Amino acid sequence: MAEPILRTEALTKTYGERVVTHALRGIDLTLESGEFCALTGPSGSGKTTLLNLVGLLDRATEGRILIQGRDAVPLDDDERTALRGRTLGFVFQFHHLLPAFSALENVMLPLLAQHGRPEPWMREKAAELLDHVGLSDRARYRATDLSGGQQQRVAVARALVMDPLLVLADEPTGNLDTQSGEQVLELLRTFNGERGTAFLLVTHDDHVAHHCDRIVHMVDGRVDSDTRKG
Amino acid sequence: MPFEIFVALRYLRDGRLQTWLILAGIGVGVAVIIFVSALIVGLQESIIERTLGSQAHVVVRPPEEMPRVLARSGGELQAAEVQRPPQRVRSIVGWKQVEVLLRRTQGVRAVAPTVSGPALAVRGPGSISVNVRGIDLETYSAIVDVRSRLVQGAFNLDGFHAVVGMELARKLGIGVGGRLRLQVPGDRGGVYTVSGIFDYRSQSLNEGLVFISLRGAQTLFGVEGGVSTLEVVGTDIFAADALAADITDRTGLVADSWMSQNRDLLTGLRSQSASSVMIQVFVILAVALGIASVLAVSVVQKAREIGILRATGTRSASITRIFLLQGAILGTVGSLLGIALGTALALFFVSLAKNPDGSATFPVALTPLLYGRSVAVALAVGLVAAVVPARDAARLDPATVIRNG
Repeated sequence: MAEPILRTEALTKTYGERVVTHALRGIDLTLESGEFCALTGPSGSGKTTLLNLVGLLDRATEGRILIQGRDAVPLDDDERTALRGRTLGFVFQFHHLLPAFSALENVMLPLLAQHGRPEPWMREKAAELLDHVGLSDRARYRATDLSGGQQQRVAVARALVMDPLLVLADEPTGNLDTQSGEQVLELLRTFNGERGTAFLLVTHDDHVAHHCDRIVHMVDGRVDSDTRKG
Repeated sequence: MPFEIFVALRYLRDGRLQTWLILAGIGVGVAVIIFVSALIVGLQESIIERTLGSQAHVVVRPPEEMPRVLARSGGELQAAEVQRPPQRVRSIVGWKQVEVLLRRTQGVRAVAPTVSGPALAVRGPGSISVNVRGIDLETYSAIVDVRSRLVQGAFNLDGFHAVVGMELARKLGIGVGGRLRLQVPGDRGGVYTVSGIFDYRSQSLNEGLVFISLRGAQTLFGVEGGVSTLEVVGTDIFAADALAADITDRTGLVADSWMSQNRDLLTGLRSQSASSVMIQVFVILAVALGIASVLAVSVVQKAREIGILRATGTRSASITRIFLLQGAILGTVGSLLGIALGTALALFFVSLAKNPDGSATFPVALTPLLYGRSVAVALAVGLVAAVVPARDAARLDPATVIRNG
């Protein structure tokens, strides 16, 4: 049986030394290939903390994070960066494109970071993804010259350019108007359907959550409920 | 283009005003270094050339004659006034062996035997005290390029021919082909025909120096077959003191270096060099602080972007390199701007004042070495100044900066 893309075991995160704050209290979560999963819960329930931990952007206090069966907790910084670059994609609430670069270059950045120097195939792949998100005519635009919805679509293309197994999205529609939010959500679903990329979406928005096949609801650093559709 | 250079260049381009301001700062700093160095080195070279263009680095001569005190029989000394004997032109004992020894001495480039002594140059009722130097033109040319100083006639010292300075010729009213008598103590002397007139660009030398042949001077001063001085040029002009000390140790003769004879000049040159170094150190410090502050601000401004780069697979070592490269690029481009500005400034300064002969009053030394050194210093300063910002950038926690910026 194939290893799940992501498995966390008793994942715990605390902050502070004298006054200890428990952000996560022993999370056990498994995500299979192709899943489209929402991570919901009130503010302070630990959603973003969990996302940062499984995204290898932060270190857990206790517990294990297995990505395709490989324990990422003992890895050093460079190994975590390499693993993150190869297997994970990120979409943030405020898109976080690099303003000094064009839309095409923003999409190419993870490839450049991974391979060291530009190759023609990278440009082609980035252009293809931009075309996929409907922005081929904006490839040379600087990030700051795009609308919020367009910037978020570029961020989606950037998250997918490395063909990740799992995309972690933190409120991907949280900063967009309804129409743009809908477009981005559809885009994520399309990539999920066409490529089998798994998605873990942190959201406050019930509408977004109901687009997902699975909803993991967190309260107070714990998984409160884990429901799958149909 | 490697990823890090691509990102570094883009960040600098994106910085626009910030980048141009710091490039202007580095450019002005390097221009000051180029200008000050070129001017001071140029002036020093000019001064040294003027000073050493007419004299040897080291002059070797016999020890001065000392008075001998006679003791009475019984060992008791007489109470008597002891007087130094008058100095006369004397030959170095065994000068040919000494010359061979000097030529074999490390740090010696050329040696020329000369006979040198005081005389009166007389023409009719006019007379001027001069120093007569008997030389072999070929060997002496390795010490001082006397031919290049000739302004009239030919440098012919055969027989009773002499070459005199412009001022002496003017004061005695003689030209090429004219005659003068050289009179030395002891009623010796001879009549010489002026074959050429030189210009040493020094009033005292133009008035007080007369060249005749080595053999003629030996006869004139009564040191047939001997030489009174051995003039030496070393490989390093600033090692002349050490060379003179070495020669004294080896030969027991008196060796005077140009440095010991020009202490004030040397102090002046050293003070100039020291002030030049001080100016450069402070300029370099200002440039380094400028680069460091711009990059430190850039790290703060781009903290979130650095977090994104890290999240999208950029290693911390790459982040370090991106900021080091920015420092290096700023240093290199700024230094090239500074070279252009400094050179233009130096050339403009040179054009402001000229001597009557067309040479620059304030000569500047713009050399490839100066340019190369300036680029290397600016590059090194850029790299060093970028170390702390680069380290800070690489240490940023991606999760924190993405969340908080």
